[in-house]
Amino acid sequence: MAGQTLYDKLFESHLVRTNEDGSSLIYIDRQVLHEVTSPQAFEGLRIAGRKPWRIDANIATPDHNVPTTERSGGVDQIVDPVSKIQVKTLDENCDEFGILEFKMNDHNQGIVHVMAPEQGAVLPGCTAVCGDSHTATLGALGALAHGVGTSEVEHVLATQCLITKKMKNMLVRVDGELGVGVTPKDVVLHVIGVIGTAGGTGYAIEFGGEVFRAMSMEGRMTVCNMAIEAGARVGLVSVDQITIDYFEGRPFAPKGEQWDTAVAQWQGLVSDTDAEFDEVVVIQAADIEPQVTWGTSPEMVVGVSSQVPNPANETDQVKIDGINRALQYMGLNADQKITDIKLDRVFIGSCTNSRIEDLRDAAKIVEGRQVADNIIQALVVPGSGLVKTQAEEEGLDKIFTAAGLEWREPGCSMCLAMNPDKLGNGEHCASTSNRNFEGRQGFGGRTHLVSPAMAAAAAVTGHFIDVRELIKPELVK
Amino acid sequence: MNKFTLHTGIAAPMDRANIDTDMIIPKQFLKSIKRSGFGKNLFDELRYLDEGQPDQDCVGRPLNQEFVLNQARYQGASVLLARENFGCGSSREHAPWALDDYGFRSVIAPSFAEIFYNNCFKNGLLPIVLSDEQVEQLFAETAATEGYELSVDLQRQVVVTPSGQEIAFEIDDFRKHCLLNGLDDIGLTLQHADDIRAYEEKRRQSSPWLFDAIK
Ligand code: SF4
Repeated sequence: MAGQTLYDKLFESHLVRTNEDGSSLIYIDRQVLHEVTSPQAFEGLRIAGRKPWRIDANIATPDHNVPTTERSGGVDQIVDPVSKIQVKTLDENCDEFGILEFKMNDHNQGIVHVMAPEQGAVLPGCTAVCGDSHTATLGALGALAHGVGTSEVEHVLATQCLITKKMKNMLVRVDGELGVGVTPKDVVLHVIGVIGTAGGTGYAIEFGGEVFRAMSMEGRMTVCNMAIEAGARVGLVSVDQITIDYFEGRPFAPKGEQWDTAVAQWQGLVSDTDAEFDEVVVIQAADIEPQVTWGTSPEMVVGVSSQVPNPANETDQVKIDGINRALQYMGLNADQKITDIKLDRVFIGSCTNSRIEDLRDAAKIVEGRQVADNIIQALVVPGSGLVKTQAEEEGLDKIFTAAGLEWREPGCSMCLAMNPDKLGNGEHCASTSNRNFEGRQGFGGRTHLVSPAMAAAAAVTGHFIDVRELIKPELVK
Repeated sequence: MNKFTLHTGIAAPMDRANIDTDMIIPKQFLKSIKRSGFGKNLFDELRYLDEGQPDQDCVGRPLNQEFVLNQARYQGASVLLARENFGCGSSREHAPWALDDYGFRSVIAPSFAEIFYNNCFKNGLLPIVLSDEQVEQLFAETAATEGYELSVDLQRQVVVTPSGQEIAFEIDDFRKHCLLNGLDDIGLTLQHADDIRAYEEKRRQSSPWLFDAIK
């Protein structure tokens, strides 16, 4: 019998039962809650007279529409009435049911997918859900994490189970070693460019190969975060020493004897060497350069040294139409050089790239430089209160502000523009977030997805530039 | 979810085809964080003469006296008679939430939009499809008799008129089972609560650090 993939192991070890209609009930160890997708779920529980199945499986924090400017005045100070009521409702629901919540001005507050791993609230071998499609981030820990909708949030609250169907297995292997200035974000954007935004639909994608083995936990999170942009609800990385070291000493991680038992268990959370994948994609690290999205879907991505595509080079009418529509929305011309794209704003943050390593990468580039004159605003939004403190201890905030970037309070911010941080109509933004859909960062806003280093380079030059020219010019031919 | 077994109540006639979900509950009310409380804005644009705002107190708003639900004889109605393609348009689950919150338990029409039809079952509301002639007959009888009541017997799959006439209707067995027992997805899963508990106990043994840690 062939070996099992990590996904197979996680799925089977959580299987409660298989239903008559072929769907499965899997046990969920952890649910992470935020203010946008939970209110109607709690309301549903109340209407039906139900209680959460297990309080200690839940953890909550508001992130999507908290302001990231000075907010010591608390929730009452939130200007947008809908945002205010959502944040308040989360507080009330968590208080009512006794669920642990890091409230808006709690030092541990942060973007759900930043907070959960850094607290050790989600651990290797866990199943986890969160009412947000980027929950796949947690797959980097060797956890089976699903993004779910509000009715599923309620279902998991009430039953501690998720109704699901087993997915197929895909392995994305990246061999070799990444070059200087090429980051996990570039890897995942390149992968999406290769397999397409629907390439992973119906699959759990495991990221394997030398590049991921050498990658830090934070880098792995950046990669798994965007699995959904390749269509996959689940992204995974097998557990290794890097995973285990990451969790030692985290607040909710096991301690003492339990730690040893846990580590022994976690070491088995790898795909067997003879595991069979339904699909294998192999990419060479040497082929990956810093990436920039030019269009309105994450698969509309190219290396920084190339040009915006020309629809005339395509034969498929659907593709031609798609390119034309994107060019028009983005205000770009076919064959325009990526480095000629001028920018209006820069956003460094989001659950994809707001962890300490991301901020260090960006700070390195802006240190001793100044934000270009044509940049209206350059935001740096740390992913959590803990990231913020760490960055301040390292003096990164000073580097950013000295260079003319704004240093903010933690939250989702301009990733989806539910709070006041938004793009103006027609503005181009170099953004480290994960979605460049029309209007995502504000009505008419034009988003270019890039790595933190590339966003920082864009901030100080005012246009896209191969960040390697700023790191080590001799490397760029 | 509410069980549905046998329900008797006043019938109210919505004599208009293609009632869409935006008519049932207009979009300005979707920003709510709740799934209850939509009843006061059910059919808002038809029911009131002014434009409704979310969070507005509806007491004292000018009523459209022509509108059927505002007429004295239909107060307390819980069975809605409707025309074809009821519930078309956006997939908002707020539409059955609003009907349910207002007090309707069943909607009878010659046809329904599919998503709306599905959403009704998730919310304990019974949509019944009858033939054009049968629906026409019920409209006529409702208009003729004040206080006209219909009984809906899900177990026997019949609508019973005040004269004792029984009109049979079709319904999927599984859906019938769920409604009779008040089972939504959560209710169905909770039928396996013993399996879940057994799994959980095993999990607690093998990975105790996942329990009682987050407090
Ligand atoms: S940062 Fe963006 S993608 Fe991530 S959880 Fe917040 S809104 Fe969702």
